[in-house]
Amino acid sequence: MRFLSYAWDWLKEPAQWHGPGGIPIRILEQLYYTGLSLLIAALIAIPLGILIGHTGRGAALVVNLANAWRAIPTLGLLVLLAVTLGFSPLAWLIPLVVLGIPPILVNTYEGVAGVEPEFKDAARGMGMTSWQQVRKVEVPVAMPLIILGLRTGAIFVVATATIAAYIGLGGLGRYIIDGLATDNYGEVAGGAALVVLLALAVQVAFVGVRRLAVPAGLRQQARQT
Amino acid sequence: MDWSQVPQLIWENAYLGIVPALLGLVIAVPLGIVCVRWKWFYPPVLTATSILYAIPSLALFIVLIPYTGLTDTTVVIPLTLFSLCVLVPNVVDGLRSVPEPVRQAATAMGFGTLRRLVQVELPVAVPIVIAGLRVAMVSSISLASVGQLIGVSSLGYLIVDGYQRDFLTEILVGGGLIIALALICDLLLVLVRRLLTPWRPRRSRQELPEVVAEPVPALAGGAQ
Repeated sequence: MRFLSYAWDWLKEPAQWHGPGGIPIRILEQLYYTGLSLLIAALIAIPLGILIGHTGRGAALVVNLANAWRAIPTLGLLVLLAVTLGFSPLAWLIPLVVLGIPPILVNTYEGVAGVEPEFKDAARGMGMTSWQQVRKVEVPVAMPLIILGLRTGAIFVVATATIAAYIGLGGLGRYIIDGLATDNYGEVAGGAALVVLLALAVQVAFVGVRRLAVPAGLRQQARQT
Repeated sequence: MDWSQVPQLIWENAYLGIVPALLGLVIAVPLGIVCVRWKWFYPPVLTATSILYAIPSLALFIVLIPYTGLTDTTVVIPLTLFSLCVLVPNVVDGLRSVPEPVRQAATAMGFGTLRRLVQVELPVAVPIVIAGLRVAMVSSISLASVGQLIGVSSLGYLIVDGYQRDFLTEILVGGGLIIALALICDLLLVLVRRLLTPWRPRRSRQELPEVVAEPVPALAGGAQ
């Protein structure tokens, strides 16, 4: 495995692990960009998805968005904002949020719209108001899909944050872009290896989130099917 | 800006987008058939694809550089793998969507396993498989431009060149052409599906694009 030996040779150098451009700082930067963007995307997409799923209004829009957004070239969006906004945090924040929203929105919508009518009838029969129905029945039942949406959103945000190093953002992508610019394949490979590990760690973290956030009754159901 | 190179760049981008999606399909169909026939085989495949799908494309390109160099192959292989991740669940869902009475009718008419698969089950699965192929192709066309960062030419060239020269028009043309290329290929796949499934009603709810579930379920326990 030539890739691994390149990556390992670079990673084991102590110099890589210290200072403002050191690996720990870069990992924290990457987590900060990813976390902040995903949080903003979730704050926009989850309420909107619940609203559309609950009322059914705007459903056609969401279904069409489900696939169309994939056509957006990540690199193009980043570069476009970098050129128009210059050195503003918005230049990376907007693309990261924009690419994080669709999977969260679509999955939240699917989850809420897919709640069995029997559940809703039962909730109404128990005297729940519309708001209680949403909060106590529809959202918990939709939770597995909402988390799936967040997980998929995280995949796209991590990938985009890596590419954003090209427009000057910090994070692990820096090693890749800087290494490519100076023909230092060791640095490029080391950076790529760290990106892969970070992406996988984020996914594993979501398995934990899923355990915590999905109601026990639904977990049981999921296991049976 | 220099328009003379644009047709070449469109061709390169189309190649880097369409080839991986079709290669993914060629691998996903037999793999999906195997996963439906031997059920125990599906969960590990699903876990593998969900892990693979989480890896950023740029990192995957770089992993391949020592083996395939700065060639098209370095971009085609990761995009094929991503296509595979999207397509395998769709092939499996498509084959599982065949109603049991249809299967039984085919058997009663004397169809063997292979003939039933080719003439009945796969055609019934076509709409769901093509829904996955649309996602795979649109994603590949759009992701191909990232290959420009490692020097593999595509419409991404206009984006990178526009950035370096601070030339907004070139960036917009590059991005716009990528989106247009992706949407044209998407439209062509809708037409292919209509030709392959003439029995489906033309104007109905089903004409809406089918939402494709993301291939990221069971990473460790908790099936969807």
